[in-house]
Formats: sequence, structure tokens, C-alpha cells
Amino acid sequence: MLAMPALRTVPARVVARQTLRKSTTRAASSSSSSTEATSSPFYTTLTASAATVVAIGSVAWYYHLYGREAFAMTPQEEGLHPTQYPWEHYRWVKTFDHQALRRGFQVYREVCSSCHSLKRIPYRSLVGTIATVDEMKALAEENEYDTEPNDEGEIEKRPGKLSDYIPSPYKNDEAARAANNGALPPDLSLMVKARHGGCNYIFSLLTGYPEEPPAGATVQSGLNFNPYFPGTGIAMARVLYDGLVEYEDGTPATASQMAKDVVEFLNWAAEPEMDNRKKMGMKVLTIGALLFALSVWVKRYKWSTVKTRQLVYNPPVGPKR
Amino acid sequence: MAGIASGLFNSIFRRNYVFLSTVFLGAFAFEIAFDTTTDAIWNRINKGRQWKDIKHRYVQKPSEDEDDDDE
Repeated sequence: MLAMPALRTVPARVVARQTLRKSTTRAASSSSSSTEATSSPFYTTLTASAATVVAIGSVAWYYHLYGREAFAMTPQEEGLHPTQYPWEHYRWVKTFDHQALRRGFQVYREVCSSCHSLKRIPYRSLVGTIATVDEMKALAEENEYDTEPNDEGEIEKRPGKLSDYIPSPYKNDEAARAANNGALPPDLSLMVKARHGGCNYIFSLLTGYPEEPPAGATVQSGLNFNPYFPGTGIAMARVLYDGLVEYEDGTPATASQMAKDVVEFLNWAAEPEMDNRKKMGMKVLTIGALLFALSVWVKRYKWSTVKTRQLVYNPPVGPKR
Repeated sequence: MAGIASGLFNSIFRRNYVFLSTVFLGAFAFEIAFDTTTDAIWNRINKGRQWKDIKHRYVQKPSEDEDDDDE
């Protein structure tokens, strides 16, 4: 063990002496390792330094590009995250509360429909879920629709039928923008599906208007402050105030009650199949659970012989020596 | 066990038409029973929430035809 370091240093010293002979400027030193370090040529140091700089630089450049926290969607740009409300109809085996749907449709008709269209919903789909046939027929007849061209090619007007779609407040998007200071009130048919947060977002938006914008918030002229709206500046002003509509079933029409009802109605408009879907899902899960249990039993039954068998190894009896 | 198996064989599996009829009738019977049961459970869970529970409040008195007022 003692001889080993001595053996190792001998070649190093030889190399050091050789390099010393070549580069005369270098000073000789006593220890072998420092001699080796000082004796390395200039270009080696340069290469190592350059490689280090490149390595650190590329890491820094990569971190600069991808490593930092992205501030593309600040809370202000994204909007406040909506509160998670315990919606009864979000539960697995709960239908819509159809009384609430009826109230929500009333709120839509009396409040929202002055600006927002609901053009994917025909009157017939409201029949049997929200209103009776007679009510919907009467409602449809209040509006006029274009007929097919007659013999002279003229398009006349006719009263609405159950198969007609709920009329939009404006003729087209341009008219809607012109009437609303350049802002387009979006169609509400699929709005619950179209926004992150769904019901929670729309409810928070409707009820989240503060009395006045908080200190430091900048609100453009013509816009209103709402923390839940991405960008916080929303063209729609607060519309739901207590007692705005009078419910036919006597429910107190507070702002939050109206918002809850209209959100549930919009959820129905976006997912009219939800009740049947959940009912069918319950049946499918029941049958699926039964079949799964059956398959587990069959597997255990078929494998029982394999699992309970005993393998015995009998070594061959060799010839006696 | 053997008695049950042989009885099952003699009553159902021996004749193919009996076997097939059993399969089809059993499928129909099971579906009817299953649907009835699950619908009843569903309606009990969602009591008062569905349209058929509140429909009676809005249907006009039977002065006129009410046959077009379906689900």
C-alpha cells in the first residue's frame, strides 16, 4: 500500500518534466499534482472555460425561455376563479329541478332575452320539460316567422309554431354589436358548456358585480367591473336585482335566486339530455357491476383447480455407488 | 345437485326451441323488470324534481283536449 502512491507519482513527474522542458516560462513546483495543473497549456484552459460558459449560457437561455413562471394569464386576465357551489343537479343521480327550470326560463324571457339569443332551443323542446303544449303554442304565436316563398316568390310572415326556434333579439351579430356599444352579447344556448366553470362561473358572474370597482382597478368607459370576467371589464352591466321578476310560484325573487334559476335553465339548454343520460348511466353501472361480479366469479371458478393444485418434484433415483 | 342439473337439462336444454324461447323470454322479462325497478328508484330519488311531478300545476282544466299534452 505504501508503494502505490510512489509508483503513481513517478510517471506524472516524468510527464511534468517533459512539459517543463517544452514550456520554459513555467515555474517548477514541488508537488506533482499542482505541477500538472499549472503545466496544462493555455488552449486547454480556454476550451474548458468556453465549454463552461456555453453550458451555463445554454442553461440560462433555456431557463429564460421556458423555466420562469409564465405570466401570460394573470389572475386579472383570467378572472377570479368561481366559487364551487353545491349544485343539486350536478350530483350523479339527480335530475334538473324542473320547477327551477321553469323559473329560469321566466327569468331568461323577462331579463336576458332583451340582449341574449337562445337560438338553438325550439319551443317544442320546452314542451314536457318546462311548460305545457298550450303555454308554448301561445308563446310561439306571439312571434312572427318567415314563410316559405309563395307562388309569386314573396316571403310572408306567419305566427310561430312549436317547431320554430326561440327568436333572437337582434337580426344578426352586427346589429347586436351596434346596439350594445360594440360588444356582442353571446348566444346562451350552449353557454354553460362553453365557459370554464360552467354553472359556477355564470352564477358568480351574475351575482359578482361589486357596488363600485375596487381601488386601483381601471375600468374603461362603457365597461363594468366584474372580477369573475376575464379582463375584469365586461360590457354587460349588473342586471339582476332583488324583486326584478315576479315568480308565478311565489318564490322570493332575490338576485341570487334568479341567478341560480337562470343558470340551471341554461344548463338545461346546453344539456337537455342530462336527465336521461344520468338515468341510463345508473342502469349501465348497475348491469356493469353485476356482469363484473359474474366475471370475477367465473374466473375464480375456472382457476380454482390451478390455484389449489400441488406440484411435487420427485428427483430421479440415481444408481447407487 | 345432480337432480337440479338433470331437471334443468330435461326442461330447457334438451329441446332447442325451448332453449331459445327461454333465452328470448328471459331477456324481455329481465329488461322489463329491471327497467321498472330502476325507474321506480330513479323517481324516488328525484321526487318532486321532474316535470311529471309538477305538471299538474300547469295543465289546463280538462275543458278542452288534453290528449296532446304528452311527456
